[in-house]
Amino acid sequence: MEPYAALMASFVLCGIVAAVMVCASWILGPKNPTPTKLEIFETGNPPMGSLRGMRFPVKFYLVAIFFVVFDVEVVFLYPWALIFRQLGWAGLVEMAIFMAILGAGLAYVWQVGALEWD
Amino acid sequence: MEVFFSLAKIVVAFVIILQLTLLLLWVERKGSALIQDRVGANRANLFGGLLPFNLGIVNTWMADPLKLFHKEDIVPTEADHFLHWLAPFVAIVPLFVTFAVIPFGDVLRVGGYTIDLVAAPIPASVLFVLAMASLAVYGVVIGGWASNSRYSFLGGVRGTAQMISYELALSLSIVSVVLTFGTFDLQEIARAQGQLIWGVIPAWGVFYQPVALILLFIAGMAESKRAPFDLPEAESEIVAGFFTEYSGSKLSVFMMADFVEIGIVAALVTTLFFGGWQVPWLGREGFQFPGGFAIALPSLVVTLLQFVAFLVKLFVFCWLQILVRWSLPRMRYDHLMAFGWKRLLPLGLVNVGLTAVLVLLFDGWTVK
Amino acid sequence: MIAFWIVALFALVGALVVVLHRNPVYSALGLVLTLFQVAVLFALLDAPLLALLQVMVYAGAIVVLFLFVIMLLSLEPEKRLAAPFPVAVAGLVLAATLGFGLVVSGTLPLRSGVPSRLPADFGSPESLATNLFTKHQLPFELTSVLLLVAVVGAVVLARRRS
Repeated sequence: MEPYAALMASFVLCGIVAAVMVCASWILGPKNPTPTKLEIFETGNPPMGSLRGMRFPVKFYLVAIFFVVFDVEVVFLYPWALIFRQLGWAGLVEMAIFMAILGAGLAYVWQVGALEWD
Repeated sequence: MEVFFSLAKIVVAFVIILQLTLLLLWVERKGSALIQDRVGANRANLFGGLLPFNLGIVNTWMADPLKLFHKEDIVPTEADHFLHWLAPFVAIVPLFVTFAVIPFGDVLRVGGYTIDLVAAPIPASVLFVLAMASLAVYGVVIGGWASNSRYSFLGGVRGTAQMISYELALSLSIVSVVLTFGTFDLQEIARAQGQLIWGVIPAWGVFYQPVALILLFIAGMAESKRAPFDLPEAESEIVAGFFTEYSGSKLSVFMMADFVEIGIVAALVTTLFFGGWQVPWLGREGFQFPGGFAIALPSLVVTLLQFVAFLVKLFVFCWLQILVRWSLPRMRYDHLMAFGWKRLLPLGLVNVGLTAVLVLLFDGWTVK
Repeated sequence: MIAFWIVALFALVGALVVVLHRNPVYSALGLVLTLFQVAVLFALLDAPLLALLQVMVYAGAIVVLFLFVIMLLSLEPEKRLAAPFPVAVAGLVLAATLGFGLVVSGTLPLRSGVPSRLPADFGSPESLATNLFTKHQLPFELTSVLLLVAVVGAVVLARRRS
């Protein structure tokens, strides 16, 4: 069997089992909903206002951006690591330049304090 | 016949992870009891207390999942119903599938067939593990958002930021392993570790990449959102984080996802750093000890030994993670982010650079 | 071939969710579905590395960023707006032209420059890496500058507010 076909079969098997597990208590469990039970939890008080409209700090957004950038950097490292022995010193220099430029980025982010969480 | 073997391998890989999670559930409860000097997890028993000892293993192996599956499934009125259902499903499927690419043995020779003991032998399996790990974020973020509760939302956002921050360290540690072994294939990496250094020590990854091992272990624990990295579900601050509004089997699926992630980290540590299914000095024909002493073994016995070795190693590293979880207190969020970005990330980069230079200087230093 | 049609179907469903669903969170998740299916298509086309990197970068990183932005702005489900008539016509014409171009380019025979038999290692991680690091060094190095600009830009924009 093709490796990818095996992977697909694996996806299907896991998907079915996971679906059964997720639905298990909907099938097996009791169902007697009450208005209080269906309220979202807020330390026992009636919930105030809606979550939609709540905002959160820009820090998280920055972390996501940094992640995207450095993830792309790491993505370039994989194929490089794979054929590193064929590339030799030239490959090392090539990657060193790339990393130095991004390392400057990390240093800048560090220096301006964008990694501080306060 | 070929198709039958393929399907059998898929089922075996899936059963390993399914049983491992159930076993870990018990180990976690009993282990935490041992660590905290309690008796713990000793209520349910299969034969009504007729057995002279009661470890409570029956308790969690069967009673816990069954109990959770029989609880009422509650979806809050204000929640987004479709996404509320989708989140646990999305959280666990990529993690389950990951085990399809983990090699659990060398080859099995049965009736003229030679079967490679990995369920889905795709060429870039290391990257597949990482890709699936990066998809695991969605369960957290969807679950947090769909519940429409403040606690869930905070937990979801925290969890996502934490997981993506530590994913970089995880990736970098794997890059240095790929540099050392020069392949993306987990099975090839496991095979390469069957060689010997100076004809004595097994050429396990841990001797080449100790720093990467530490990175992978820490980052992996952070990915699985467990103490000391359990801020997404910090119960003293935000109730239960992203699964505050979950109950019954959906809750159990989220908790199971944590255990599966522990299993994946253990499988990665085993395969990349501790020889995977390799038993020291055991080749395909039997033991070949350094002194020239050898024991010939039939192929089936060798395969069985390797399979058991894989399971033992897997279990040891799961246990280690549970031990860490019950020993260390939770980190503060700013410390957590600072640790990921200012310590692990630079360490990972330096390790990659150092590995590259060492590989070029002493190519004999690593296995080829 | 059957696999292709199934995958293509899912990809299209995801794409339609992205465009048509009024809740931006659903749109982002539809995008994940589409990107994942496109990755499967890459795998079917013998490009495993590309497929996995697609999942890692697009589905695993960029859409997470999208979701963060959606939540950061706490976007409400959008109201259905009636587009002004000229805009609607322009959009329709543009879509029709694009669709026509795609159909034509899909049905035309391949360019003569493309060899009918591909080399054995076509699309393999090794050949992709060799191409990237020997033939396309300059674009590769310039990527890092682009990423640097992205980082600095993000920091500057975020700092200006506080």
